[in-house]
Amino acid sequence: MNSFLIGLSVLLVLVILFLIFRVQTLISVMKGTYQKRVSFSNNVNAFLFPITFVLGMALLVWYSAEAKKFYLPESASLHGVKTDNLFWITIYVISFAFLVTHVLMFYFTVKYKYDENRKATFYPDNHKLEFAWTIVPAIVLTVLIFFGYTYWSQITSPAPKDAVVIEVMGKQFAWQVRYPGKDGVIGKYNFKLIDATNEFGMDFTDKNNFDDFVPREIHIPKGSPVLLKIRARDVLHSVFLPHFRVKMDAVPGMPTQFWFTPKYSTADMKEITGNPDFKYELACTEICGRGHYAMRYILVVDEPEDYQKWLATQEPWLKVNPDYISKVPERLRSLIPFELAPAKTETPADSTAKPVAVPTDSLSKVQASL
Amino acid sequence: MSSIDIHAHSSDAHGHHDEHEHHEQSFIQKYVFSEDHKVIAKQFLISGLFWALIGGSLSAIFRLQLGFPNANIEWLKPLLGEWIQNGKLDPEFYLALVTMHGTIMVFFVLTAGLSGTFSNFLIPLQIGARDMASGFLNMLSYWFFFLSSCLMFISLFIETGPASGGWVIYPPLSALPQAMPGSGLGMTLWLSSMAIFIVSSLLGSINYISTVINMRTKGMTFSRLPLTIWSFFLTAIIGVLSFPVLLSAALLLIFDRSFGTSFYLSEIYVAGQALHNVGGSPILFQHLFWFLGHPEVYIVLLPALGITSEIISTNSRKPIFGYKAMIFSMLGITFLSFIVWAHHMFVTGMNPFLGSVFMLLTLIIAVPSAVKAFNYITTLWKGNLVFTPAMLFSIGLVSFFISGGVTGIILGNAALDIQLHDTYFVVAHFHLVMGSASFFGFLAGVYHWFPKMFGRMMDEKLGYIHFWFSFIGIYLVFFPMHYIGIAGFPRRYYSFTSYEAFSTFGDLNSFISIAAFFALGAQLIFGFNFFYSIFKGRKASENPWRSNTLEWTTPVLPGHGNWPGEIPQVYRWPYDYSKPGASEDFIPQHIPYAATPESNLPFESDNA
Repeated sequence: MNSFLIGLSVLLVLVILFLIFRVQTLISVMKGTYQKRVSFSNNVNAFLFPITFVLGMALLVWYSAEAKKFYLPESASLHGVKTDNLFWITIYVISFAFLVTHVLMFYFTVKYKYDENRKATFYPDNHKLEFAWTIVPAIVLTVLIFFGYTYWSQITSPAPKDAVVIEVMGKQFAWQVRYPGKDGVIGKYNFKLIDATNEFGMDFTDKNNFDDFVPREIHIPKGSPVLLKIRARDVLHSVFLPHFRVKMDAVPGMPTQFWFTPKYSTADMKEITGNPDFKYELACTEICGRGHYAMRYILVVDEPEDYQKWLATQEPWLKVNPDYISKVPERLRSLIPFELAPAKTETPADSTAKPVAVPTDSLSKVQASL
Repeated sequence: MSSIDIHAHSSDAHGHHDEHEHHEQSFIQKYVFSEDHKVIAKQFLISGLFWALIGGSLSAIFRLQLGFPNANIEWLKPLLGEWIQNGKLDPEFYLALVTMHGTIMVFFVLTAGLSGTFSNFLIPLQIGARDMASGFLNMLSYWFFFLSSCLMFISLFIETGPASGGWVIYPPLSALPQAMPGSGLGMTLWLSSMAIFIVSSLLGSINYISTVINMRTKGMTFSRLPLTIWSFFLTAIIGVLSFPVLLSAALLLIFDRSFGTSFYLSEIYVAGQALHNVGGSPILFQHLFWFLGHPEVYIVLLPALGITSEIISTNSRKPIFGYKAMIFSMLGITFLSFIVWAHHMFVTGMNPFLGSVFMLLTLIIAVPSAVKAFNYITTLWKGNLVFTPAMLFSIGLVSFFISGGVTGIILGNAALDIQLHDTYFVVAHFHLVMGSASFFGFLAGVYHWFPKMFGRMMDEKLGYIHFWFSFIGIYLVFFPMHYIGIAGFPRRYYSFTSYEAFSTFGDLNSFISIAAFFALGAQLIFGFNFFYSIFKGRKASENPWRSNTLEWTTPVLPGHGNWPGEIPQVYRWPYDYSKPGASEDFIPQHIPYAATPESNLPFESDNA
């Protein structure tokens, strides 16, 4: 009944609108509006342009002031401070171009609206003018490109040798992170060795894997360069650290990287934002499927000494998952940097490997619901 | 030279033409499998409008989710069925919606709907030809498009859903049905549909190019071509050179999906299984895709700019400012459009040096674009402006072209793109500069050439209301997205609630959605006006806008062959508006200089 009434009233409104339209048309015919070159509407349209523009600009100025508080705070990385500056300078330049062109255009719509006593000026070209407005944008763009190129080259230059190296791997629909451990080298991996536990596909014939550890959060020291080695194991993902102005795609089969230097610790940011619960977040910005919007991962920037303390508490992955010690070749077992627990013979090592074949559809849904 | 040839046998054509008058065509020949460019143009137009309705409705559904994430939308269940679970939109269907919205709008509305309609309709009429070079290929072009439309439309209704990996269909996501259900049958249909679409587009483009080169009437030299024709001509050239690359990209993807090849796939472990593929590169696909994808931007934009040039000049009663500069800008854009594609890929892991090169090339393309914008504004200067609905939409286009274009200077800068890539800033940028601007060009064209298409006028007042609602509505939708983008919100997110960094701006997202419903609703006014005026509109005169180009010398409703008598000869450029000394404020192209001694400039004579 309700929807019937709604339908009926919509119909009624449409009928009324149609009648207004018909009456309006008939009046125009009676008045002979159609005989004239332009009607009164021409003036209305001419003035609506500047009126809309002025109202729009007022809204823009008011809201831009309002929106500032929702923007991300000052960049928490060193390179981000520079690119932020360049961004705002460019915004001012293009706002100026936008304003000048629109003020002129909407001034002209009023000033030169149709007048039957006037004739338009036959003015097909002016080479000096055209030359000027080809050259001026070209010069402005050259300056912007120069700064853009300089920053881009710095950002994409090879990471400093002493950078903290972290592997970030994207999968549907979570991030996984691996640290090189005490030897400072991330061990080799092979996608064919991936199983439900060994998510990275760590290859234990490489001794560099023995001390690698897989934490639940990324921790990085404030003020030191950090190099992210990025990869994906199923589809494209993209590492986005909004506060650090960092973004790089994660590509299966083609490792990528990005390095940056954090400027503020998490504690600093709590103070800057006035938010006691502030956390740095890692997001995915390349469409990757159902859970694309929910690949949140936490990153913590510690003071250097806190970082060292945190490092000391981390256990190698192999120690946490002793089942995989059986995958280490006999000759390398002596190199394992921790005490081996007595071998548990009752659990075969690959009992956790090879998950039961689940229909793929339902599997991805299960993962997504996590 | 070619134009002389054509003229030599155009009197023959005239003879044939009279025979045609007596020979009655069947309904099917006349309206369904028609080879008449005007009918084919209308077929493209109606199909384009149909797709615009679908594409727009899809965006309404996902704006509902983005603006009101907590709303219960159980009431959409009769329409969406299982895609609504517990009153919520399914996240995978959300991705399908954005994917199909993009695909439909870019290819089916703004490529086929815009070029298909106006290139077909205007090229023969404005260059003075009886029809296209090959009417048969032209017919095939439409029916291939129809077939491709059917496949794409069917894919909306299958159980696993249509393609959902974004309109750019990046593999491996689009290659692996295990990764998302939309990459199954939906993706197969998407790829088949696009392959057929490309065939249609190529047939059309080849026809446009050969018609413009070979079939101009006597006197219609390239330096007297209306800018519309220049834009359609260059658009067709871009299409011919870039669409085959998309076809090859799609074919390789089909191989990867169905025949076990590894062009794009390498080292993948998905759904509990390691795949055998090694050695492929997902980045290769992106290069191939954007080699079309970026020129595609100009395929949708150039025709709109051409249409705007014509309409602004006519309704300013003034020659277009810098005719030659406009042509050179378009040539520049055409050339540069092929060498800027990788600015879509700054953060894909591509060699950073390539990023520097593409940043430079990308910002160069801003120069000819700026020249075009300045020329439009100068055309208004000291004009005598008649604000027809077409003129309003053209001015709106210039505004969108500027406001959307300037943010390209930010995104084209690799260092700044790091933060903004794949955020709402990009969404705002391309919806203004490419989406809305081109759509306004399309609407302007419909309002302007409706009298020649249907012999009747569209209602002006409804046109004004439609314009102001759309113009304001579109700005209210896309301008706020810049703020959201600067705040870092990523694209294609089903919801922002899981992140603290993106938990702000909830109100603004609701506002955008309401503005979107408003702007979409305003298009219904156009729909009514369009269909009502076809049948009940005021009768049009032969040249209602007092325009110079040749199509206005045909009868009110041009028949088969366009001109009942001989094809008019062309003596002057198309922009002799308000010429000093002339009694009227326009002198059509077919009037010889000998007939206008009072207004001729010193260098103008029929012998020149």
